[in-house]
Amino acid sequence: MNNNSKTARILIYIGLVFWLLVNLFPVYWMFTFSLKNNAEIFGENVVGLPHHWLWSNYASALKTGNMGRYFLNSAIVAVATILITLVVALMATFALTRLIWKRRKTLNKFFMLGLTIPIHASIVPVYVTLSRMHMLNTYWALIIPYAAFSLSMAILVCTGFMNEIPRDLDESACIDGCSVWGIFLRIIVPLMKPAVATVGIYTFLQCWNELMFANIFISKSALRTLPVGVQALSGQYTTEWGPIGAALVLATFPTLFIYIFLSKKIQESFIAGAIKG
Amino acid sequence: MNRMYSKKIHILIFLLPALALFCGVLIAPIGASAYYSLFDWNGFGPKTFIGFSNYKELFTSDAIGFLKALRNSLLLAALSVFLQLPLALGLALTLGKKIKGERLFLSVYFMPVLISTVVIGQLWLKIYNPDYGILNVFLRAIGLERWAKIWLGTKETALGAVFVPTLWQYVGYHMLLLYAGVKSVPPELREAAMLDGATDGQVNRFIVLPYIKPIIRISVIFAVTGSLKSFDLIYVLTNGGPLHATEVPSTLMINMLFLRNRYGMGSTIAVLLIVLCFGFALLISAIFREEE
Repeated sequence: MNNNSKTARILIYIGLVFWLLVNLFPVYWMFTFSLKNNAEIFGENVVGLPHHWLWSNYASALKTGNMGRYFLNSAIVAVATILITLVVALMATFALTRLIWKRRKTLNKFFMLGLTIPIHASIVPVYVTLSRMHMLNTYWALIIPYAAFSLSMAILVCTGFMNEIPRDLDESACIDGCSVWGIFLRIIVPLMKPAVATVGIYTFLQCWNELMFANIFISKSALRTLPVGVQALSGQYTTEWGPIGAALVLATFPTLFIYIFLSKKIQESFIAGAIKG
Repeated sequence: MNRMYSKKIHILIFLLPALALFCGVLIAPIGASAYYSLFDWNGFGPKTFIGFSNYKELFTSDAIGFLKALRNSLLLAALSVFLQLPLALGLALTLGKKIKGERLFLSVYFMPVLISTVVIGQLWLKIYNPDYGILNVFLRAIGLERWAKIWLGTKETALGAVFVPTLWQYVGYHMLLLYAGVKSVPPELREAAMLDGATDGQVNRFIVLPYIKPIIRISVIFAVTGSLKSFDLIYVLTNGGPLHATEVPSTLMINMLFLRNRYGMGSTIAVLLIVLCFGFALLISAIFREEE
């Protein structure tokens, strides 16, 4: 019995470590081939650490491949989307949890529909509208749709947190002469920091990695975001893998960097986004 | 305070931005897509009303191959539910019972979800590369030269080659949801069962699984609707080729819109996708309710 459970335990660990390697290997491989030359990648040294650390791959990705520009575009779009999502969602949540009116439960359910609506639904009409308003090939062409599609999740998370804030706080602020805006801005919003972090992280990851909108609404190369930029770059460097590897690392690095420090928070935000309170 | 909180003007101001954004980008376009789907339209010229002809053409035309695309995505959904989810569930159950290194395993398994699908796709393009890709290099190294293939360029292997990374990337996502569920099982329930002499397997089967059923339901819904919507990886790896072998509704939709300028037909595919996603979500919920 004891022996049996020991073997079972070892087998479980072998399985877990195997799956660990399956998940780590692509990232390890990406990091190493981003620093190699073709000779190493294509035969001499396929999976080992690079013999000569070729940082020039990064220089070509940044310079010739324009990765710096794409990086900046992605950052601008992500930050603006997060800000808009947060402001709009916090205001809506305030109305949905604090203000007193009849249909607020229904409206909350209505907003939650957004969790299931696929982005495909809006591609044609939004494209047509953007082109009529001459807004294709602007940052707004991505920021507005991204914010709209992040809204449901943001409201869902904010509602959970805002309901926990005791109503007595509103009462006493009101007695002290605070207006609705005063209560919202000075009492509620400062207490919503955990929700803000959760929504911010989740929204960041969604727009940092989004491909379909970014590919269609932006055709000017100067405004491309990272996913589209990486695609373009790999078309450019079909025979040289080093710079592509460098571009892949540049696109992935911020996410993994944040993940190392905030893994728990990131995981929580994904759980919160999927499982309704 | 109640009087201040019931003022219509406040309610309106606080809700307006959210309503405008939500209705403008999510709700109104559903209606607009449904409307466009009844027209023959190239995006800029005049629209010609053709009723349900787009729908009819979509289901009958072999040239478009919508049914095949749909079959591919349903196959992916089936694999997702019967392969990816059991694997995710197994990992979640194993990690959920306080195993050494739990946090490390969990964090690494979830990592692929955070990496951009384009990056994952580019990596797998390199893995599958017929000349230098590590898959073929590995096969040659262990003397299985004849197994080496043009994985993404051959009709027979392309679909499988595209499905592997698609399924792999999201194992960690489902695992995380299910793990959160496993962790929320009250320890007393587990302990009581253990005291009664239940084995690990029995505890999982009779205590944990029934407890996390709502989360399993969510996972199944995400797995199926996610498969129906799948786009990014397939777009990067094959864009539906070779010879439409890996076509899914989303790649077909994008091709209709931006290669062939058939906005009406593209909208038709979009509408069908929305209907399918909601339909499957309701169906899966109903199946889970039935079982209770």
